[in-house]
Amino acid sequence: MGKNFKSLVIGFVLLSLMLFPFFGERFYIQFASKILVMIIFVSSLNLLVGFTGLVSLGHAAFFGFAGYVLAILMQVDSSTHFVTALLISISCVGLLGLVFGVLVLRTKGIFFIMSTLALGEMLFYFLHDTDFAGGSDGIYIYSRPNLSIFDFWDVDLANAVHFYYVALVFVCLTLIFIGRIIQSPFGRVISGIRVNEHRTKALGYNTYKFKLVCFVIASMIAAVSGFLAAVQFGVVNPEMVGWHVSGHALMMVILGGKGAILGPVLGTTTLMITEEIFQMLTKHWQLLTGLVIVLVALFFPNGLAGIRIFKKGGSM
Amino acid sequence: MDAITFFIQAMNGIQYGLLLFLVATGLTLIFGIMGVINIAHGSFYMVGAYLAWSLMGWFGNFWVGLFAGVLVALFLGLALEWLFIRFLYDRDHLQQVLVTYGLILIFSELRSILWGDDVHSVPIPELLSGSIQLTENLAYPIYRLWLSGVCIVIAILMYVGIQHTRLGMMIRAGESDRDMTKALGINIGLVYRFVFALGVSLAAFSGMISAPIASVFPGMGNQVLIVSFVVVVIGGLGSIKGAMVAALMVGLIDTFGKVLNVNILGINILPEMAGMSIFALMAIILMFRPQGIFGKGH
Repeated sequence: MGKNFKSLVIGFVLLSLMLFPFFGERFYIQFASKILVMIIFVSSLNLLVGFTGLVSLGHAAFFGFAGYVLAILMQVDSSTHFVTALLISISCVGLLGLVFGVLVLRTKGIFFIMSTLALGEMLFYFLHDTDFAGGSDGIYIYSRPNLSIFDFWDVDLANAVHFYYVALVFVCLTLIFIGRIIQSPFGRVISGIRVNEHRTKALGYNTYKFKLVCFVIASMIAAVSGFLAAVQFGVVNPEMVGWHVSGHALMMVILGGKGAILGPVLGTTTLMITEEIFQMLTKHWQLLTGLVIVLVALFFPNGLAGIRIFKKGGSM
Repeated sequence: MDAITFFIQAMNGIQYGLLLFLVATGLTLIFGIMGVINIAHGSFYMVGAYLAWSLMGWFGNFWVGLFAGVLVALFLGLALEWLFIRFLYDRDHLQQVLVTYGLILIFSELRSILWGDDVHSVPIPELLSGSIQLTENLAYPIYRLWLSGVCIVIAILMYVGIQHTRLGMMIRAGESDRDMTKALGINIGLVYRFVFALGVSLAAFSGMISAPIASVFPGMGNQVLIVSFVVVVIGGLGSIKGAMVAALMVGLIDTFGKVLNVNILGINILPEMAGMSIFALMAIILMFRPQGIFGKGH
């Protein structure tokens, strides 16, 4: 696939996404926003799984925690500006990511998977079993953070169309940001860690530090997504932190082809639309989702990107 | 807390720990020997409990139900290995996680279709329904004692089975070098299938025998899975001895965490917060001994 052709496809997709709210119904706009928010989360997980080779099953902790920070912030001061709230939320999650990262990065492979899952679930049980943050019901966010740009352009985040564009902007920023990371010297080191950590270490890199920085960055990107999800739904609950969110995101990473910047876009969109169709078909739609996950993991371990028509030389 | 309450809580903690050992040991066996991370392990525990509820109700007898349940679990394990797991031996952990994650969703929905989403309780068998009177108003149920005893017997059987029998030798040989074992004429595929089925049966059996003292509910698998992961991380992967020590530690800490009203610097640590104590223990282990207490390192 030529470079020009690829740019053309991306441009076309972007244009149709921008025009979409003029034609789509409200339900579809909201659904599309949901996908956009999820793409940010899956991209952040892809940074760990696909680019650094760290399989985390506790990534939802950062997603949900960001939402909780926003919810608590809005309870304290409902007039908080969007940017302030977002920055506070990202910082808090980054701190949590640092604490989790210091612990789990001492382990490797299967131990890493288990300890990320355990720490993520610790947060789940903490939020679920204590009254600290609304218990199992979670917290409602009655007023969205205000997003006025230079006092003349008022964005109403409760409005589906407005939110859609905000989410779209953040998706683009995330993908560009991750692309930049990957192409930076830092990105070269983390892919070195994925391919062969011992050699990277032998070259003189402190791989632990690189992994830690990468883990914290990924947690902060996940925070953006969790923050937006909380803004969209106006509610946070412990399920946002639960490992099913992480498991699904992992599936989306694989489906889109791990280690490709645009992979999460493909994987997230495909799985979410498929699940939506399953939900229309039957009450027990998780059975079908489970089957799809098993079959894809067994027979298409490289995801959709591994299938002929999407085949490409290196990473996109 | 007086001595007798302390004693009862310690017994409860040990009993919980022994039960955790049964679940965690299946997990650590399947990883240690076959190199497969099985996150669907908690589902088998849940399936076991539901099997106990329906089979024991059906046969009207605890023991027949238990026996039938273990048979079903064994066949389930064999079938699952043949259908899915055998393709995972040479794959990376990510694919193993995904396949077994898919299995969790499938089992959770199958449970919902077959048994519904209600919470059930299983009666304690008549033979074990009494309790031992410790003081005038404190007693310890015989069923819990029996449960601890069964777990200890299984632990010993497993140790002897793996260390001192021909089959155990094949299993250990398969663990250290799969191809070489195959070259010696041992059907390693069959050995693996047996080990996986054994792991599934252990998890299901734990679910079955714990059903009479805990209720049978949809989310029970997840809960036990997380705690057994904590056990395995603390004890060290692939180590049965480690699983035993860690399971007892976790069982005791969790039980005492829930009954003690700890007062730290004037802040009353709520019993719910005490649920975090096992994770705190895990965090400490990760800080100082990331390969687990009995782990051999990476």
